[in-house]
Amino acid sequence: MAHEPSERSSSDAPELALELRGVTKRFPGVVANDRVDLDLRRGEVHALLGENGAGKSTLMNVVYGLYGADEGEVLVDGKAVSFGSAADAIAAGIGMVHQHFMLIPVMTVAENIVLHAEPRSGVQLDMVAAHARVEDLAARYGLAVDARARVEDIGVAMQQRAEILKALYRDARILILDEPTGVLTPGEALDLFAVLRELKARGTSIIIITHKLDEVLAVADRVTVLRRGSKVGTVDAARATERELAELMVGRHVLLEVERGAPTPGADVLVIKGLAVRDDRGLPAVRELNLTARAGEIVGIAGVDGNGQKELVEAIAGMRRPSAGSIVVDGKAITRCSPRSAFEAGVGHVPEDRHAHGLVLDFTLAENAALRDYYRPPISRRGWLDRASMVERVRGFIEQYDVRGGGAHTPAGSLSGGNQQKVVLAREIQGDPRLLLASQPTRGLDVGAIEFVHRRLVEQRDAGRAVLLVSFELDEILGLADRILVLYEGRVVLERASGTTSAEELGLAMAGGLAEPGA
Amino acid sequence: MSDRRVRFLTPVVTVVLAFVVGGLVVLASSANPLVVYRSMFVGAGFDWPFHLLPGNPFGVNEMIAASNLQSTLVEATPLVLTGLAVAFAFRCGMFNIGGQGQFWIGSTAAFLCAEHVAQNQLGTWLGVLAGMIAGMVWGAIPGFLKAFRGAHEVITTIMLNWIAIFMVSWLFGLNGPFVGEGNTQPISDTLPDTAWLPTIWGVLQPVTAGLFVALAAAFVYGVILRRTTLGFAVRAVGFNADAARYAGISVRRSMVLAMALSGGFAGLAGSVSVLGTDHRITSLDVFASQLGFTGIAVALLGRNTPLGVVLGALLFAALDAGARNLGGDFSPELARSLATVIQGTIILIVGGEQVVRWAFVRRRRALANEAAG
Repeated sequence: MAHEPSERSSSDAPELALELRGVTKRFPGVVANDRVDLDLRRGEVHALLGENGAGKSTLMNVVYGLYGADEGEVLVDGKAVSFGSAADAIAAGIGMVHQHFMLIPVMTVAENIVLHAEPRSGVQLDMVAAHARVEDLAARYGLAVDARARVEDIGVAMQQRAEILKALYRDARILILDEPTGVLTPGEALDLFAVLRELKARGTSIIIITHKLDEVLAVADRVTVLRRGSKVGTVDAARATERELAELMVGRHVLLEVERGAPTPGADVLVIKGLAVRDDRGLPAVRELNLTARAGEIVGIAGVDGNGQKELVEAIAGMRRPSAGSIVVDGKAITRCSPRSAFEAGVGHVPEDRHAHGLVLDFTLAENAALRDYYRPPISRRGWLDRASMVERVRGFIEQYDVRGGGAHTPAGSLSGGNQQKVVLAREIQGDPRLLLASQPTRGLDVGAIEFVHRRLVEQRDAGRAVLLVSFELDEILGLADRILVLYEGRVVLERASGTTSAEELGLAMAGGLAEPGA
Repeated sequence: MSDRRVRFLTPVVTVVLAFVVGGLVVLASSANPLVVYRSMFVGAGFDWPFHLLPGNPFGVNEMIAASNLQSTLVEATPLVLTGLAVAFAFRCGMFNIGGQGQFWIGSTAAFLCAEHVAQNQLGTWLGVLAGMIAGMVWGAIPGFLKAFRGAHEVITTIMLNWIAIFMVSWLFGLNGPFVGEGNTQPISDTLPDTAWLPTIWGVLQPVTAGLFVALAAAFVYGVILRRTTLGFAVRAVGFNADAARYAGISVRRSMVLAMALSGGFAGLAGSVSVLGTDHRITSLDVFASQLGFTGIAVALLGRNTPLGVVLGALLFAALDAGARNLGGDFSPELARSLATVIQGTIILIVGGEQVVRWAFVRRRRALANEAAG
């Protein structure tokens, strides 16, 4: 049952809403958090910044009661607490919005928000009261939601607002947001920041986990940087620059932008005409799409997740049959071919999800390096594998791509994300593709690995391959692509040469602002 | 502890634990577990090597020990093969519960070939081959159904077991087409000894060339998985079918082939049993036999490795053979139950451990993803 937050007089209330003292969390073989201190002031937005694997989520999961700390203390309102579960944390006024939303799709927004703390009349659920409370709360904080809509029918931005309301409904005075802008368009992210400022003004203390530097500067008051599980420092956002934060995060000088020369496009490599592809539910995902990518250029596909990118890439890679249209690579039609024929026709594919699709994690690096062409020389002859040549190849990869954390016989699963991606990239380039499909190639990677992947993509362009880069990160598209196409509801709604557009224009197109109705 | 050591130690610990539990059962029936286990050890013929020691210090009766060891090996032979039948499908991410049906289809094909094609060594070895091929066909059916229709192999293999069992029991049943001439029992003709697999060792219940067939199959199993492109594809599909598909491997083809080869191993088990040991098919045995199912436990205990499967089969066979030797104040019913208790405990622990491992691996992956995400 929700009740009004107890008002404390400001004199006896401690200044700190949350304090961590020397929190250490170990997992078998790794120290995820090593004596981390952190203090969250009342009514501030505090960014927790760090590369992937720096221990940000782990630390917040300790605060939220999902993990117990091995050492150290957590203090809420100046009192030491020990949470056995998330329920304890919620009772203490802590709310967390996870990266993957924890909403039940078939239930309405209001039902999701009141779930487990439902207003009742007798034994019955009082939905009238529930709607009233949700709408009241939404209005108070400027969180626009449709309380009666089913979660599966609303967009991600509204789902996120519902998640925040869920925490507020449970009287959260401390709100933790894990990578909140990952699924949002630039415009939606700005809306979210406005909401966070409103919450802050009303006394909510907020921790936002992120690895995006611009966000930190846009919304946070202070920033705590974690590197490899340890705290590097806490700085005032007002006095920090992106470059300083990046260097704190990585521990060395970083190139934020890839240096690249002007493209020298050659012949058409990929020609797509009138392509239509359906998604898993049989609904149109790509509609009447035309696209050309030339040798020696990077074509960037921008767009919010779920606008047909996945289906487009899968159709080109031979994973999904188009319902209409044609795909030609290097003069060969590959419209309805198998993944292997697409590969043999010259399509290299760096899939979006390297754990699920790019690698067999239980296979060794040598086996993963051979996954594409194990069936033909030099890896095999007449059905017999040549293990020596597999090992030889992967040793080459390890050297040329600076793969760290294992050798030829190490299972791929024990490598870090960045090193795994290097193996995938090396393998796909090894096949000497005419077209390299790179789908979210830096998703979840840290700054150093992103820099590496970006340089390699530019190298491939300069080597005369066509590169099709699909990314939900506008900065990545702007930084790498020679030509930019915006995908909205399965159509190309905007095409611009690099340098002739802006993030604002692209953002508007991504949000559907340029789509012609009925087109 | 390194992964390798864990992988080696867990089956050993499992077996030791199972013997401890079995020992408690023995204690509960007021006998001495050490005496009982010693007697089982002798009953399995595992004391036979000691007679080779100079002066035979333990006073091993060579004749009896040899005959005990032979019956253990004879029993282990088909278990190795039905174990491989389960293990191979496992490596492709599938659970082949159809070993029982594949076994009997293989038996039938082998028997008919040896009886009708040629009642000599040529016919026998053709029969071994026929049994394998028949098993492959029977195994490929659920593979096809899985690959092209999405039917779960656990369901289809169980259903195909019943189809095979009723079909074979009808073929060799009274009024069936292949019941032995003039038989008043539902039993086939007995093959003439010219059509038996050659004897390697022993007289009464001799070890036959079937043992070598089984060991060769285990070797081939390892070679296919480690050294061939087919094995590479099968293992890739078994570990991560999505990634395999993204890399261009035909998941369907791998599934069908893996199930066919699995069926082939079980079919071979049928071949060597009927041509090496039974020399005839008894309709009632078709219902009573458990070889295909024991193969599941053998594969689990052996962790789907060739050596593991061979050792697992040997252990399960030795438990059966050893229990038959228990006498004195230990009643025969109790003896048989003891073997079953130990086998059951092994299955329970192995199964439980697999579940724990599965959950643990998933959790570790989830944590890794979280840390990376």
